[in-house]
Amino acid sequence: MSAARVGVVTFPGTLDDQDAARAVRLVGAEAVPLWHADHDLKGVDAVFLPGGFSYGDYLRCGAISRFAPLMEELVPAAKAGLPVIGTCNGFQILCEAHLLPGALTRNASLHYVCRDQRLKVEQTGTAWTNAFTPGQEIVLPIKHGEGRYVASDDTLAALESGGHVVFRYVGNPNGSLNDIAGIRNEAGNVVGLMPHPEHAVEELVGAPSTDGLGIFTSILKNLVNA
Amino acid sequence: MTDSVKRAAETPDEPMPFAELGMKQDEYDRVKEILGRRPTGSELAIYSVMWSEHCSYKSSKVHLKQFATKAPKSEALLVGMGENAGVVDIGDGWAATFKIESHNHPSYVEPHQGAATGVGGIVRDIMSMGARPIAVMDALRFGAADAVDTRRVLPGVVEGISSYGNCLGLPNIGGEVVFDPCYLGNPLVNALCVGLLRKDQIKLATAPGPGNKVVLFGASTGPDGIGGASVLASATFEDESQAKRPAVQVGDPFMEKLLIECCLELYAADVVVGIQDLGAAGVSCATTELAAKGTGGMTVDLNLVPLRDPSLRPEEILMSESQERMMAVVRPGDIPAFMAICAKWDVPATVIGEVTDTGRLVMTWDGEVIVDIPPGTAADDGPVYERPFHEPAGQAALNADTPDRLERPADLRATLLKLLGSPNLASKAWVTDQYDRYVRSNTVLAQPADAGMLRISEAIEGAEPTTRGIALSTDGNGRYAKLDPYAGAQLALAEAYRNVAVTGAKPLAVTNCLNFGSPEDPEVMWQFAEATRGLADACKALGVPVTGGNVSFYNQTGSTAIHPTPVVGVLGVIDDVAKRVPTGFTGEGLRVVLLGDTGAEFGGSEWAHVEHHHLGGLPPQANLAAEQALATVLVEAARRGLLEGSHDLSDGGLAIALAESCLAKGVGAEIELTGDAFTDLFSESAARALVVVRPEAYDEFASLCGRHDVPCYGLGVTGGASLVVKGVFEVSVEDLRETHTAALPALFG
Repeated sequence: MSAARVGVVTFPGTLDDQDAARAVRLVGAEAVPLWHADHDLKGVDAVFLPGGFSYGDYLRCGAISRFAPLMEELVPAAKAGLPVIGTCNGFQILCEAHLLPGALTRNASLHYVCRDQRLKVEQTGTAWTNAFTPGQEIVLPIKHGEGRYVASDDTLAALESGGHVVFRYVGNPNGSLNDIAGIRNEAGNVVGLMPHPEHAVEELVGAPSTDGLGIFTSILKNLVNA
Repeated sequence: MTDSVKRAAETPDEPMPFAELGMKQDEYDRVKEILGRRPTGSELAIYSVMWSEHCSYKSSKVHLKQFATKAPKSEALLVGMGENAGVVDIGDGWAATFKIESHNHPSYVEPHQGAATGVGGIVRDIMSMGARPIAVMDALRFGAADAVDTRRVLPGVVEGISSYGNCLGLPNIGGEVVFDPCYLGNPLVNALCVGLLRKDQIKLATAPGPGNKVVLFGASTGPDGIGGASVLASATFEDESQAKRPAVQVGDPFMEKLLIECCLELYAADVVVGIQDLGAAGVSCATTELAAKGTGGMTVDLNLVPLRDPSLRPEEILMSESQERMMAVVRPGDIPAFMAICAKWDVPATVIGEVTDTGRLVMTWDGEVIVDIPPGTAADDGPVYERPFHEPAGQAALNADTPDRLERPADLRATLLKLLGSPNLASKAWVTDQYDRYVRSNTVLAQPADAGMLRISEAIEGAEPTTRGIALSTDGNGRYAKLDPYAGAQLALAEAYRNVAVTGAKPLAVTNCLNFGSPEDPEVMWQFAEATRGLADACKALGVPVTGGNVSFYNQTGSTAIHPTPVVGVLGVIDDVAKRVPTGFTGEGLRVVLLGDTGAEFGGSEWAHVEHHHLGGLPPQANLAAEQALATVLVEAARRGLLEGSHDLSDGGLAIALAESCLAKGVGAEIELTGDAFTDLFSESAARALVVVRPEAYDEFASLCGRHDVPCYGLGVTGGASLVVKGVFEVSVEDLRETHTAALPALFG
């Protein structure tokens, strides 16, 4: 069969798109560039929304990107089951687009923080985490100023009872409620997280960990088995 | 009323505010002589900023010449001094361009925006060479860490660098954070950027070809930074600095990120003939420099410059230092393609003029000619001063006050912990954790490694793969330079050179940022003259040419200047980036080896500074032959895979190097000293490094050292959870970590 095709979206101000594309290629999938201004998902099998400062994030992070032409295609596709992951700014965009609940606000420290962060994988039943084992501890870098996950009490309760918290911080770096680092939607095809798996895929560069590979092998496994 | 050329000719005696613009009477007289009349307001604006110290290097030029006249022969140098940045051949068809530049005064007045736009400016310099910027570093110096104003300046500067650099998507891979009371009213913010390009794709700031169009693109022009070049950068701070706030520019990193991607696409489409960034002196600088280096003439209709504030006068448009702007020279037939690429990236672009062969830069406003000058007279023929200089009155007494009289410590464990927890030696994670060091996924080494290192292979999509990497370090030591500016500059170079070599990279080329007090003070000028002479001599001795840099004068408050602070950046190349040597003790059971000889050298040392607040005597000896031999051994040993880890010895000597090596991976060591323990541990003798080797590799490594006459001493073995110095002290790695990491958060929250 032909390689799985994973779309990597570039908004103006997206920064980690090359990194995400490289990680996609590393596991043997094809990385397909998707441009914010196009009404075109190019028939991809899954979509990666990378980090950055889309539109400068001068308004609320991700608040402008959700209105991009590409998002008009992506939102219904995600609701129909297309696997989508958003990291960092991508997570913020998924929340702004209401594909995931809650919001990301300024870190409790009021500082941007770049750090190799220990995480616990809580849910392996998603399109993006099935290569991990439940409860597995991994290290991924975080790098954000607005990563403090907040949601209403009801939403939090629903996330917890539904098993929708996918990643939890071990040592909370930003004041996120319930130590939440990443969540999924009801169906498990949409996942958002603040840490950066694409910076932890090679021994030579990035974080001193290759735990990020699990995200990319998960989607590959998911697509091949589909 | 517009002050046109016609009007200027008709009103020859009208008084002009040249003094308010920082121009001296004789300089103004020269302008009149060049033009054969009084300058118009717009012409005066151009000459005043172009002839300011900041843009013209009028006080430093005669000394900087040595970097060219004494330059070592280097086949690696593709573009030398005088362009926006130097370019170095790094092999396999690749070239690197890098430069360090100061943004000191703006960062004191408005720390956040001052530092942010410092990053923005140096990144545009690198872009204008045709390169993709791939990383930044910052060499920062502040007043005493516990001083009240440092709590205003440091967090603002760090946040400015963080918000701007992170939003640009450039990893911040190293630099320095230094505290000394001398920088209290004059913090130093020196920003470095490095970029990559293919060797055959170098762009230059030139406007050739009559009929070619002049395009201004990027952000629109506003009232920010007006007069910044002359008023801010070229005048000594007195008490009214708060009143200068509007002269600091405001940055928009998002626009800069778009500009980067836009420029790279313009280069790839081959629609750029010449390009120049707009930095200090804005449109004045870009038009005069492009025209002077091209066919020689240019016409510009200033009414076409897109404005953020429509009330701006032409003089203000010419002096505005609004950020995120570039100027390109484009063939008329390429204009549609150029504009389409700009539109794709939402970057506004406007044709504002045309290249001519008249030898004149002619600008119009509302149909009237307001500027008509030979561009070279503003860009290249600025005043040159042979400023008088002499040794400072107190220099001999300073040098005579050696650290010999200082009481030696009884408890070396306590001394180690005191130094390790002092602001200059403590962990800088509080600062560097605010910088993205991972973006673009090419970062092989970043702070706290001795040098930042990047792989090249995947830095530019679609380019030929290579195994090569580049390493970069910046270093400087104001205390050493205060004691002896000649040696201090050499030691700064030696340290940066060594820091590059300990990672396994071969040092290739140099950039420098020379931070000094007022050139009008003969004692400061002596420091400058000595430092440039020392640096030029050392570059020659080490075979690494200066490719560019920047001079920052007037770093003084009242009559008190900062320590002379030459900051030196060295770029090196490693043939196979997978063979990089990580910092510190990377595993257990490795032989700990000290390279280089140790003498009792405590002048300007961290020990004297922290323990006795003493500055006197002479700095460590700069032994350049020993530095070169050490680097040769380190690079060759890395190539052969003999080194498991390494660390440079510098501030705080062996004691601090051992502690930091333990902290790298949390691995202890047991070592034994043979000489006087205090001297062995805390002397700051140069040309030394610490390495760890596998026991079975030791003999081969020792014989390599022998072949190059590099002294090599086995000190002990790594392992355990403590640093044990036999018969002297034992300290747990945990205690080291606690001391090392607690200091900055305690000060800055």
